[in-house]
Amino acid sequence: VTAIPSRPTPARCGSTAAAIAIFWAFCPRAEAHLVTTGLGPAYDGIAHFALSPADMAVVVVLTLLAAMRGARTARRLLIILPGAWLLGALPGLKFPIGANLGWATGISIFLAGALVAADYKLPDSVLMSLVGAIAAWHGMVTASDLAGSSTPGLELTGMLIALMIVSTLVAGLVVSLKAFWARIVVRVMGSWIAATGLLMIGWTFSAKQ
Amino acid sequence: VGLWGAQLGAPAIWVLPVTFPMVMSLGGVMALLGIPLPGVEIGIAVSALVLGALVLIDKRPPIWVAAIVVGVFAIFHGHAHGTELPGGQSSLLYSMGFVIATGCLHGLGVSLGLVHRWKAGQIALRAAGAFVAMGGVYFLYSALS
Repeated sequence: VTAIPSRPTPARCGSTAAAIAIFWAFCPRAEAHLVTTGLGPAYDGIAHFALSPADMAVVVVLTLLAAMRGARTARRLLIILPGAWLLGALPGLKFPIGANLGWATGISIFLAGALVAADYKLPDSVLMSLVGAIAAWHGMVTASDLAGSSTPGLELTGMLIALMIVSTLVAGLVVSLKAFWARIVVRVMGSWIAATGLLMIGWTFSAKQ
Repeated sequence: VGLWGAQLGAPAIWVLPVTFPMVMSLGGVMALLGIPLPGVEIGIAVSALVLGALVLIDKRPPIWVAAIVVGVFAIFHGHAHGTELPGGQSSLLYSMGFVIATGCLHGLGVSLGLVHRWKAGQIALRAAGAFVAMGGVYFLYSALS
């Protein structure tokens, strides 16, 4: 028995077109750079921050840098860091950065990490300017990932909430450290972060990437 | 590095573990940029041999000399790490992983080296240095054969 090839009929073409249209209408949008938790955009923003080691490293190292200067500087950081991040994120949502600028992120992580490792005592005004500039830069880069989302505002809000929680916890922990060796541990952590930043610069220009 | 830092005491106990990862990352960057470093395996083996021997003989050089010795050897270790990463992996996570792992090993070395405060501990520490140096000899033999 030879199978007779079925010919396309108007009904078949119509049902196929309808199936494609239904799939097209209801399939979720591809968001390769975003974490989708299924819990809503705010949680997606939190997850995006928590699962982005570069963002986490920046927030931790800037918090370490400020908190090592005492409670007063740490309190300022808790306002300036999320504020500058938000200010940088707003233009990032509108004009997303497409280029790979990992080297700039690496430089900022290395610089802040090296300052922590050296326990360099920057004047407060210089320190806060540095924190603001680095936070604004990372806010812009991170917001570029969110630009393709349908609810970037909510995701950015979730991200900022996560950022504030992490920086508050780290600042509280570091400010409370009184023992000499505990301060050394913070400096060692700074050296690790600086080393990671340096490697990140190398990766950006590496042929392996 | 951790054992030697603990044996030397402050400030080497923290200067050496801070120096090593930072200079090691320079070696990593060299590898990533394709800058060759001849004799990496030999350098790593010699680092174990020399550092172990320094712990064994309880050598106490000035801190800047100790930092330079550790820094020079760190270049070889970093270069090896930078070369080993397979393409297409998460570079940042890999970097964080090997820096943190190295740091934790230093922490372990420092913790073990704290036995230096007791007389018997000092002997045990020097014995540990001998063990590391012997490992270095084995690695050197493997690298040269």
